[in-house]
Amino acid sequence: MSQKPRPDNATALVTGASKGIGAAVAIALAADGWNVGVGYRSDKEGAEKTVKAIAVEGDVADANGVADELISKLEQEFGPVLALVNNAGITADSLAIQMDDDEWDRVINTNLTAAFRMTRRAMRPMLKARFGRVINVASVVGPRANAGQANYAAAKAGLIGMTKTVAAEVAKRGVTVNAVAPGFIATEMTEDLPDSILDVVPAKRVGTPEEVAAAVRFLASDDAGYVTGSTLFVDGGMSA
Amino acid sequence: MPETVTPEAVETTVRDALVQFGPEAEDIKLESTFEELDVDSLDLAELSQIIEDEYGVKLKGEDVGKIKTVGDAVDLVVQRAG
Repeated sequence: MSQKPRPDNATALVTGASKGIGAAVAIALAADGWNVGVGYRSDKEGAEKTVKAIAVEGDVADANGVADELISKLEQEFGPVLALVNNAGITADSLAIQMDDDEWDRVINTNLTAAFRMTRRAMRPMLKARFGRVINVASVVGPRANAGQANYAAAKAGLIGMTKTVAAEVAKRGVTVNAVAPGFIATEMTEDLPDSILDVVPAKRVGTPEEVAAAVRFLASDDAGYVTGSTLFVDGGMSA
Repeated sequence: MPETVTPEAVETTVRDALVQFGPEAEDIKLESTFEELDVDSLDLAELSQIIEDEYGVKLKGEDVGKIKTVGDAVDLVVQRAG
């Protein structure tokens, strides 16, 4: 019994898509024939430049119905949201002993809780369509340690845990839920890191947003219909 | 949203939904348990979404956990909508 193919009017929502990995993902999905909605919080111009698509404003960390607002808007403009890429993420680094509650809460809210709320809302059209793709952008940090990022590691490890359980809950409806775990990728988030980080990367280079986007594109494709609950590391061998 | 929610209308909605999840229409009776019909928790969650869209009645996980038969589901929706 093979899986149902992607419906024609299927729409993808990529959160945090003004720049970096999110922007590359939006472009890759558009190239693959998805209608794409790009969510942004602060950089409207960046989001609009990303791809010829609709840019929807909203801070994913806002508990007041932002998930419903973003997805409903896309449904009206394009069609049912059948792919969700939870990419929006922030850092607020500090050693645990010095990390205040606000730094902890902000990172958990944006990187984990928001992804849960978006996923919960997106399940409605996906279950109805008997087709769906949720891709959570996790990190090598979480599965492995990174001093100064207790909040980020907790959120990203949490995303991987959530990925597995939600995948098991909805698998029989043709909805897959996977994670990608990027290593060091050349984006604004990593531009201040010293070259010595490459000591722990067997490939001896940083990755590109496009390399992460290619993994997301695969997981969103019809070809990946039997891949669910997994985490695809895009890290130059860092986790090997 | 219909102005009056009759047990008959709700029963039709529930039956139409359940058929999509696998059971044969003739096997679905008010006294049938979801277990007998092989209707699982995801099916019931989806049934709840259909009920919410149709009647504006929001059923939570704990509500759904208590209902065992097709008749229980119909009664709960009628009661909440009333």
